Amino acid sequence: MWAFRVVIVFAAAIILAAGAFFFLAWRSEIPEEAAAAEAAFAPELVAKGAQLAALGNCIACHTVPGKPAFSGGLALPTPFGTIYSTNITPDRETGIGGWSEEAFQRAMNEGVDREGDHLYPAFPYDHFTRVSAEDNRALYAFLMTRAAVKAEAPQNDLQFPLTYRPLLAAWKLAFFDRGALEPDTSQSEAWTRGRYLVEGLGHCGACHTPRNAFGAEDRDQYFGGGEAEGWQAYAINKDSKAPIPWDEQSLAFYLRNGWHEFHGVSRGPMAEVTGNLSGLPDSDIMAIATYITSIMGDPTPERGQRAAQLRETFEGDYLEQAADSQSSPVSASGGSPGEAIYLAACASCHEGQRRQPFGGLNFNLSTAVNAPNPQNIVNVVLFGLPPADGEASAVMPAFRHLLSDQQVADVLAYMRERFSEEQPWAGLVELIANTRSGAHKVTIRPSDGIERAPHNVGAEEG
Amino acid sequence: MSISLIVNGSPHQVDADPATPLLYVLRDDLALNGAKYGCGLGQCGSCTVVVDGEAVLSCMVPVMLLEGREITTIEGLGTIDEPGPLQQAFIELQAAQCGYCIPGMMMSAHALLRRNARPSDAEIREALATNLCRCGTHMRILAAIRRAGELMQAASLPEPEEGRAG
Ligand code: FES
Ligand code: FES
Repeated sequence: MWAFRVVIVFAAAIILAAGAFFFLAWRSEIPEEAAAAEAAFAPELVAKGAQLAALGNCIACHTVPGKPAFSGGLALPTPFGTIYSTNITPDRETGIGGWSEEAFQRAMNEGVDREGDHLYPAFPYDHFTRVSAEDNRALYAFLMTRAAVKAEAPQNDLQFPLTYRPLLAAWKLAFFDRGALEPDTSQSEAWTRGRYLVEGLGHCGACHTPRNAFGAEDRDQYFGGGEAEGWQAYAINKDSKAPIPWDEQSLAFYLRNGWHEFHGVSRGPMAEVTGNLSGLPDSDIMAIATYITSIMGDPTPERGQRAAQLRETFEGDYLEQAADSQSSPVSASGGSPGEAIYLAACASCHEGQRRQPFGGLNFNLSTAVNAPNPQNIVNVVLFGLPPADGEASAVMPAFRHLLSDQQVADVLAYMRERFSEEQPWAGLVELIANTRSGAHKVTIRPSDGIERAPHNVGAEEG
Repeated sequence: MSISLIVNGSPHQVDADPATPLLYVLRDDLALNGAKYGCGLGQCGSCTVVVDGEAVLSCMVPVMLLEGREITTIEGLGTIDEPGPLQQAFIELQAAQCGYCIPGMMMSAHALLRRNARPSDAEIREALATNLCRCGTHMRILAAIRRAGELMQAASLPEPEEGRAG
């Protein structure tokens, strides 16, 4: 009898919990709006939406390189399996052509699609939930006025039970903080604007913050450095390894131009980000710089001192005083094998006379050499920086056909020792081999940000 | 220091500082003047040669990395009397103006055509992205490379057997 009662109570509890969960997880379908794709929008609204879409970098995930823009289908590898991005062109059957503005607003705000299914957080609604209704309206206007493309994304390839979307309600309960940010009245207008752009559409944290076991951003290591498309997204908080710390001016310049004389050029996925940001007004770029540098904080006194020395060395016209490296190849006598290769193959540009962004960055200024993980230097040495199409750009030759794994490792070990005070990197040869073989997948982009790997010459604008 | 190099199939022994760029050794020691010095900084492509099947910028490569590796220069693609398919195609289509960039263009194209005899225009543009031409003969270069692909394919097709009908 007693046991029976326990069973009843237990069963009731389960039913209740299931009911509660169902209630929590359930979202209604928003009816299709047949005319949504035919709606007309004010041109200013569409133009504003274009700018916002560039800030959100929507095209990066929602386009397969070489295929029509926003038509989805790009594979996004995650630790839980592969997710394919959706078609967000206004095609009625395969895209969002039947979505009302309400459905779009809800997707951005809650991470739920028109049918009422929870979306995987690969779609960064943990950030997009901060976006204002007004900005979402402009984004909607922009997307609904793109060319409709019929393209069905492949089925996601996820481990069970993650294929069961209502479970995402539990994820949201644990990790999703919905809605706009609380205003902080102690801060300047620029800071507030910067925070809105960075935390919202810009979703900088999606790459620059490490993720926990559930794939959510680890708030305790906010902006502490993450990963994107086979590249390290550097720490952009107090742990930034930039030898000359970023300040508002240098960061704004970098975001505006894609390079800075003390920091080098943006590359990998960041090249696409800086490329896209070109549509934003200066005031917004400055606001982003204001906010991010406030997170980085002031450098420690030692770091500040070292930076002052570096500035003195590398500011102004130091290049004019340097010897003419072009006519006098250095000699590689003595030293380690890594040193010999560095001096013969790297130094002519990286200690040469050309200015940023066309010359090689002097490694005394390099964040990459000081980074905890050598992946970015490995990527650049093996694959180089391909030139941009139709404009002057930074370029570096690829060395994968010339250097063995061991030789690359030797060069990197030498550079780490000479240009950084950090511990030597461990496991270099293996990491290089995996990067070369593609076991570690890397996206290669030229400095205009258009993906170029391996047989692609850029997405068509739709 | 003495270094052994294999260039266009023949072994060479050269006496050079191991840090010397391959381009200097080719031109100064081996009198192979096809590869050109444009910038010396890996930015123009006029010095492109092929190493083990891949296009590389010879101004950037110290000879110490090349012991025992197969180096091909434009001189290895054919002779004046017997031009190879790439050279023949460039002549046929008059793809050179001043010609300074052309050896590099051809070597990048050579590496591409070895792995892909029928490249699309997009693939040709991609493979030649690191080769600059100041004269602006790009459209003819593209056409010549397509033509070279055809010539190579035609050459590798089995000859029709004689004496048999149909
Ligand atoms: S001379 Fe080698 S790339 Fe210009
Ligand atoms: S033909 Fe003159 S540089 Fe190309």
